[in-house]
Amino acid sequence: MKILVCISKAPDTTSKIAFSEENTKFDENGVQFIVNPYDEWYALVRALEIKEAGGGQVTIITVGGASDDAIIRKALAIGADDAVRLDSEAKDAYYTAMQISSYAKENNYDLILTGKETINYNGSQVAGMIAAELDVPFVSLASKLDVNGSTLTVEREIVGGLQVVELNAPAVISCAKGMAEQRIPNMRGIMAARTKPLNVVAAQEIENLTEFVSYALPNAKSAVKMIDPENMDELVELLHKEAKVI
Amino acid sequence: MILVYINSSNGISKSSYESISYGKKLGDVIALTNGGASSDDLASLGQYGASKVLVDRKINGDDQQQLTKLIASAVENNSVKTIVFSHDLVGKSVAPMLSVRLKAGLVSGAISLPDAEGCVDVNVFSGKALGKVKVNSEIKIISLLPNSIQPEENGSACPVEEITADTGSPSIKVLSTKKPEGEIPLPEAELVVSAGRGLKGPENWAMVEDLAVSLGAATACSRPVADIGWRPHHEHVGQTGVAIRPNLYIAIGISGAIQHLAGVNGSKVIVVINTDPEAPFFKAADYGIIGDAFEVVPRLNEAVNKFKAS
Repeated sequence: MKILVCISKAPDTTSKIAFSEENTKFDENGVQFIVNPYDEWYALVRALEIKEAGGGQVTIITVGGASDDAIIRKALAIGADDAVRLDSEAKDAYYTAMQISSYAKENNYDLILTGKETINYNGSQVAGMIAAELDVPFVSLASKLDVNGSTLTVEREIVGGLQVVELNAPAVISCAKGMAEQRIPNMRGIMAARTKPLNVVAAQEIENLTEFVSYALPNAKSAVKMIDPENMDELVELLHKEAKVI
Repeated sequence: MILVYINSSNGISKSSYESISYGKKLGDVIALTNGGASSDDLASLGQYGASKVLVDRKINGDDQQQLTKLIASAVENNSVKTIVFSHDLVGKSVAPMLSVRLKAGLVSGAISLPDAEGCVDVNVFSGKALGKVKVNSEIKIISLLPNSIQPEENGSACPVEEITADTGSPSIKVLSTKKPEGEIPLPEAELVVSAGRGLKGPENWAMVEDLAVSLGAATACSRPVADIGWRPHHEHVGQTGVAIRPNLYIAIGISGAIQHLAGVNGSKVIVVINTDPEAPFFKAADYGIIGDAFEVVPRLNEAVNKFKAS
């Protein structure tokens, strides 16, 4: 099975979030970048497991500049066969999805996997957009995925529950917790990743439909009010009269 | 015209009324849904501002491609300029597909109305910052985060019109569906009682459930507790679990790791109960109690019951 795994660069979960250029840009100073955890832990690892069980090829794809090569090598070290970098800054989800779709159309994948969202923009947009552009079925928030020939059996979250569905490849699937377990790259993987193919492909002319015009940090929380553990009546009264939530 | 898509597969939820009220602030609202919800239930959307409800009875909503076609056809037939979704499983799957089909810019997880420049606020960096998004296309799609605005009743029941759109046959076959009965879905709950490893074992959750019942709250848990199987996975809130923004979040025996905070930092009021005065969660809390959960929680439950009875 030929699998394309979309990955995105994201700031490490413990990064301090700050903005520059009058709050219009994310301040990358001192920020450690990682492969977006949902893309890495769930989409990529499951793709590798499918390949290990039934053969095939796992290709990584991302939209970004040369500074993304470090996270691409990390994904190759975990076990992907090769990688494609569509050489452009990702302007918005639509732009990103159209770049990836345009590459995917030329190269016929059986399965396209993404994480359920990125931890920086939290949009959950790119996967559905790729599916729509390629006109193939989309299953979002999958927690299990089994492949039998070209038949895909997927467990997914639905509003208020879980559902098991069946469909035929080709398809796009966004991956959530439950799909696979994180893999730590070993030394052999890291060495092998250095020589695996990383194809840099020129980006297409595509417009963006949205833009972030500014960012802000949430208002600082006022200091916590400590309550005597013996006096829960006081807490209830504060929740009722001061916070007005009960 | 504003089109609001309503997921009525579990009846009409509070987030549906929120989406209608949100749409009403932008213009005249038509609601669109599918499946088998009763016409009386659907007509109630008029009380929140819908002028009519369109329903396609033959589509069950399991296939995202079909839903996308249904919504796109309603957009074309009603000269719609803005489409509003609730940012639930449909907002996260169908809205992006519709965005491509209509070439309409999508704002995911909106928490505000458009400002004078048409910019909408969203949470970014897993709740650690806010971003203002501008949509450049003529048709706009907004997927609204639940609990971001209060539903407002300002009308009466509206007409319900049955439609059939050409949506083709489904490409996804449903083999089984599991829905826990009678629980408040976590992302919609206004009050949430959550507990972590500090409770020492699954057998100690009765007091958490008792407090939740007294408050009319949903129950949640931290990641380690879901991972070791003390609580079901759908209760796990945090970065890899569900992100919620209730009015009140009570955290019992949860230290407050940054990944947990990412899932709850949109809560309006946070109460933290922990034996460890150094627990990082206290820094994010509005009210803190340093004490043993096994003493504090039953005492709090008693106080809530006394308050409810008064």
